[in-house]
Amino acid sequence: MNQSAEEHWDMEITPKNNLFNLKLKDVWQYRDLLILLVRRDFVSFYKQTVLGPVWFFIQPAITIVIYTLVFSNLAKISTDDVPAPLFYLAGTIIWNYFADCLIKTSTVFKDNSAMLGKVYFPRLIMPLSIVFSNLIRFAVQLLLFIVLLFYYYFKGAAIHPTVYIFLFPLLLLLIAALGLGLGMLISAVTTKYRDLAFVVTFGVPLLMYTTTVIYPLSEAISKYPAYSWFIKFNPITAVIETFRYGFLGRGSFSWNLMGYSTAVTLIILLLGIIVFNKVEKTFVDTV
Amino acid sequence: MAKAIKVENLSKAYQLGSFGTGTISRDLERFWARMRGKEDPFLKIGEVNDRTKKGESDIVWSLKDINFEIEQGDSVGIIGRNGAGKSTLLKILSRVTSPTTGSVKIKGRIASLLEVGTGFHPELSGEENIYLNGAILGMRKAEIKRKFDAIVDFAGVERYIDTPVKRYSSGMYVRLAFAVAAHLESEILIVDEVLSVGDAEFQKKCLGKMDEVSKGEGRTVLFVSHNMGSVQQLCNNCILLDQGKVESIGAPALLVQKYYNQNVQNLSFSGNKNADIYFKQIYTCNAKNEQTSNFSHSEDIHLRIVIHVNKYDPIQNIGLALLTRDKRRVFTVNRSFSEFYSSTGEVTVDFIIEGGMIAPNSYSFLVALNSRTGTVTYDWQEDICAIRVYDDGTEFAFAEGEDYGNIILKDKWEIIKK
Repeated sequence: MNQSAEEHWDMEITPKNNLFNLKLKDVWQYRDLLILLVRRDFVSFYKQTVLGPVWFFIQPAITIVIYTLVFSNLAKISTDDVPAPLFYLAGTIIWNYFADCLIKTSTVFKDNSAMLGKVYFPRLIMPLSIVFSNLIRFAVQLLLFIVLLFYYYFKGAAIHPTVYIFLFPLLLLLIAALGLGLGMLISAVTTKYRDLAFVVTFGVPLLMYTTTVIYPLSEAISKYPAYSWFIKFNPITAVIETFRYGFLGRGSFSWNLMGYSTAVTLIILLLGIIVFNKVEKTFVDTV
Repeated sequence: MAKAIKVENLSKAYQLGSFGTGTISRDLERFWARMRGKEDPFLKIGEVNDRTKKGESDIVWSLKDINFEIEQGDSVGIIGRNGAGKSTLLKILSRVTSPTTGSVKIKGRIASLLEVGTGFHPELSGEENIYLNGAILGMRKAEIKRKFDAIVDFAGVERYIDTPVKRYSSGMYVRLAFAVAAHLESEILIVDEVLSVGDAEFQKKCLGKMDEVSKGEGRTVLFVSHNMGSVQQLCNNCILLDQGKVESIGAPALLVQKYYNQNVQNLSFSGNKNADIYFKQIYTCNAKNEQTSNFSHSEDIHLRIVIHVNKYDPIQNIGLALLTRDKRRVFTVNRSFSEFYSSTGEVTVDFIIEGGMIAPNSYSFLVALNSRTGTVTYDWQEDICAIRVYDDGTEFAFAEGEDYGNIILKDKWEIIKK
């Protein structure tokens, strides 16, 4: 028997995963799958519809109309002198991206159990495909935002983009990482116990009010000086505020808040990865 | 020969019952035990997986201490009754779930086909699904592109390639799905009972493809099936599982027989009458004189008949028929009793059906003793000695379970004019 040939094995299946090993090499091997899954989500979203991809615009458009009517006109919540639709759109596209990533990632095992139970591919592909699919929707909505931005700019509204606009890629990365990390954390728990899935469904829309989507941070600080820390501690607040500050020149920016958001995001992402890694090998048995 | 797969002390425990408030406290307890570096308290009390009996604990070992090795280029059949652990084993090998203990070492790329059409999206067209499904199975896009024509050709759905697969007939769907999987380039191919779908023609095509894969291309194939004919046709090695353990490893023909004998009943007949002449005992056995009720298609079937004669009558006749499951006769034979015996006492005769004739199926016998003219019946036993003839790789193996008659003819053809 050739002993040296016996020692080399390409793969070993064992009960436990290395917690920090993301198997990114595997993920890279499957990059075509990632692209195809994103494509599938995108294409199947508007298959057999008349308006097709236009639906990507309709949802945020109607949302900001309603927000403008209710929060700005009816409730008279200040929008920091920025035109109300622009103000709300800046908040909602960021928030929606986060919320969509979180909600879909948190049920990723459950939703795809039929497929995941029959074939192996790096499990991380699935949540990643969600983040990238939603990125396309985000890009479409960002386009709407930019069109609206130019429209108001040439109408002479008080819009003064600042250099912080160049932080945009970082903001995007933070939101995606936060949605992904939190989603993976929740998905790991919901495979066996579904309770948390209910919390997510009703909790995420409510959570929107704890960050600065429909009101500026300055307003919150002036009205509730004692409780504004609560809003600041939401890591998304810094992202939305910076986004508004960069594109619209309103809002606020502080390296402290940004640093805090980045730190929280990294910790959540790391936790998410660890827990996801722990669960991915056997979730098929419990989902 | 180099090894392709090495399985060591592989075990897998499953938790029975539903998950709810009761299970969370136990999960915490297990977690706490693990944190202190102790053995998982709930795995110790696990039981063997016998689904017919109610057990004490709600942990079962679907697999328990499995050990085996598979050599490169082998095609290995995995057989066993329902719940023997076949599917669990395949799931672990294809990394869908992980073992509770033990390890599997694998050499080369592994592709598994536990289900056809995994990840097919009903809204997408056939072409889009080929790419998606191929990618899910681990193919690169360029690889799929290269094989695209071959896949479409194999599936025979060229006309529908731009139609969403939700408009496909279920047959076309399966064809397309298998076609993608059949063109995987992997050193090891794992196939679960996926061939039970599709029509006979397509099943034959699939088996042919798998045969080509294992014998022609020298790849390692693991194949789970309840279709013993295909197992014997395709595989050169076999693993028999029983209640989560490896019962034996060896040649398919041997293990298939063992598999059938796992749930064998005593199907011999015995009678005792105060008649002039009667059947004392009737049973079936193989050429090696071993009593059995399972025969491979190619082996001889011996029906051993012990007749007790109180009063000899030279015009006695022995009649015999093979019955199908719905009690129709496959054939009838008639012999004068005087050929065997000419006095009182006991006589034992074997009626032999030569191998290679009776089609794989279940049968029973009718045996009768009567006078030559049929006016007097001494003994008449109908539907006794049930036997099963199983497929050991006949040309009809792909059509197992279908009705293609009860005799496989040694057919002869002649060309008269060309």
